[in-house]
Amino acid sequence: MKPRFILGLATFAVLAAISLLGLFPFIWSFLTSFKPLSEVENPNPVPKVWQPQNYREVMDTVPFVRYYANSLFLAGWTTVLQCGTSAMAAFAFARMKWPGRDAVFRMYLGTMMIPGVVTMIPSFQMMIHLKLLDTYSGLIIPAAFSAFGTFLLRQFMLSIPSALDEAAVIDGASPGVLFWDVILPLARPGLITLAIFTFLGNYGSFFWPLLLIKTDYMRTLPVGLMYFNDKNGPQTNLIMAATMMSIVPPLLIYMLGQKYLVRGIQIGAVKG
Amino acid sequence: MAAQKGKREGFRQVLAASVFILPNILGFAVFTAGPVLYSFVMSFTNESVLRTVPFRFVGFENYLSILGDKTFWLYFVNTVYFMLGIPVSILLSLGLAVLLNQKLKGILAFRTLLYLPTFVAGVAVLLLWKNLFNPEHGAINAFLDWAGQSLGMSGYELPRWLSSTKNIFGLDVESVGFNPKQLGIGAREAILLMGLIGGMGGGNMLLYLAALTNVPEELLEAAQLDGASPWKRFWKVTWPQLAPTTFLIVVLSVIGGFQGGFESARILTGGGPSGTTTTLAYYIYQKAFQEYQIGYASAVAWFLFAIIFTLTLINWKIGAKQEAI
Repeated sequence: MKPRFILGLATFAVLAAISLLGLFPFIWSFLTSFKPLSEVENPNPVPKVWQPQNYREVMDTVPFVRYYANSLFLAGWTTVLQCGTSAMAAFAFARMKWPGRDAVFRMYLGTMMIPGVVTMIPSFQMMIHLKLLDTYSGLIIPAAFSAFGTFLLRQFMLSIPSALDEAAVIDGASPGVLFWDVILPLARPGLITLAIFTFLGNYGSFFWPLLLIKTDYMRTLPVGLMYFNDKNGPQTNLIMAATMMSIVPPLLIYMLGQKYLVRGIQIGAVKG
Repeated sequence: MAAQKGKREGFRQVLAASVFILPNILGFAVFTAGPVLYSFVMSFTNESVLRTVPFRFVGFENYLSILGDKTFWLYFVNTVYFMLGIPVSILLSLGLAVLLNQKLKGILAFRTLLYLPTFVAGVAVLLLWKNLFNPEHGAINAFLDWAGQSLGMSGYELPRWLSSTKNIFGLDVESVGFNPKQLGIGAREAILLMGLIGGMGGGNMLLYLAALTNVPEELLEAAQLDGASPWKRFWKVTWPQLAPTTFLIVVLSVIGGFQGGFESARILTGGGPSGTTTTLAYYIYQKAFQEYQIGYASAVAWFLFAIIFTLTLINWKIGAKQEAI
C-alpha cells in the first residue's frame, strides 16, 4: 500500500507542476494586466500598485465592445448556419438512399485534405466581385458550410440504430418529421460538440477577417487585438488587459461545455 | 404494380434527400469546389491583381520557377524546422496521457487544466507569449537570469528569442546551408518552445488517453506475471497497442505542420527576423495579398498540397505495412 501511495503522490506532483507550466503564460499576463506601465519591466510578477483602470483605458482607446459584438455576432451566426446545413446534409448522407451518395461523400472527405490557403485566394476574389468586402455577410456566408461538420454529424447519426427510422416510417413519418423529431434529438451530443467548436473557431478566426475587413469598427476581436498590439506595443499592461478580456468567452464555454468536449475532439481528430 | 410503387417511393426519397443536401452542397460548390478548381487553373497563369502585363496562360512556368525560387526553399526549410517539434510533442503528450491514465481519485481535474491552453489558443495567447519572450523584461529571460545567478554563473548571454536569427542547427540566413555564427537560440526556438508547451495537453494527449483506456488489461497482467518491469511492460505491450493512434497523430501533425505558421508569423515576428520564421503558408499570403501575384501564389499553394498529399500517401503505406506485421 505504501509505495503505491508515494507513487500516486508523485504523479499528482508532476501533473501539478506541468499544469502550472501550461497555465503560467495566463497567470503572468493576468498579473501584468494590472500593473502600472512603470512596473511592466519589473521582473516581480505581482504588481506593487494594482491598477484595474488598465481595462477601462483599453475600452477608451479602441472600440473594444464593438470588436466583442462583431466576434460574437460572427461566431453566433456561423454556428447556427453551419450546424443547420451540416445536420441536414449529414441526415441525407447517413439515413437516406440516393444515387451517387457515396461518391459525393468521398468528394467531401477529399477536399478536407486541401490546405485552406488554396481556396482562400479565389474566395477572396469572389468577395471582391460580390462587393462583400468589409461586410458581415462576407464573414459569415463562406463559413456557413462545412465538410468537416457534415462528416462529424454523419458519424454521430450512423451510430443511431436504424430500427428507430423504420418504426417511425411505418407510423407514417415523413423525412422531415423523422429528421426533426427522431434523429436530431438523438444526435444532440454531436450537435453541441460541433456548435462549441464552430463557435470557438469563428470567435478566434483570424485569417479571413484579416483579409476581408478594412474599417476599424468592423474588426473582429483577433484582428482588433493585432492592430491594437501593433499600435500600442510598448504598453504591455494594456495589451495584456485586452488579451485577458478577449479570452473570457472561450473560458466560459470551456467550463460549461466540459462534458461534450473530450468526445468531440476524439471524433474530430479521426476525421482523416 | 408493386414495382411502380417502389419506383415512386425511390423517386420521393431522392427528392427528399436533395432537399436536405441542397443548402450544404450549394455552399460546398461555391466556396470549396469552385475555388479549388479556379485556383488550380490560376496556377497555370500569370494572373496578378495589378495587371502590369496582359493575362495569359503560362503552362508550367510558375511551377518551374518554384523549383528555382531561393526564397521558397528557405521558407520550406523553416516550415520543416518547425515540424522538428513533432516527435518531442508526441512523447510529451504520451507521457502526460500515461500519467493521467493512473487510477487515482480526482486525476481528471488535471485533464481540464492541461487542455485549457489549447482550447483558448489564438491571437490572444500568441500575444501572451510575445510578452513572455521579450528579451528585456519578459518572464522567460527573467527566469533564466535568476536561475543563472542562483547557480553562480556569469558572463553568459541570454537568448534574444523572437528578434534573433540564431538557431540550434546554425542554419544560414540568406541561403540554405550551415553558418557557425548562427549557432544559438533564436526566433525559431521560441516558436518551437511555444508550440510544445502550448500544445502538450491538447488533442494529441486526449487521443492517447482514449487509446490507453482501450489497452487490454489481460495483456498487461500477463506480462506482469511473467516478471516484466513496468518500463518493459510499457514498451513491449502498451506502445505497440498505441501504434494506430501514434500513426494517426503523425499523419495529422505532418499535414498541419506543412500548413502551419501563419498566425505566429503574422502576430509574433512578421515572418522575420530576416524571414527566418516565414513558413510556406505565410509566403503564400505575402505573394497573394501583399504582392498580388495570384497566379504564382496559387502555384505555390498547389505545390504545397502536392507535398502534403505525397507525404500522407507515404505515411499510409508505412502505416499499412506496420499493421501487417
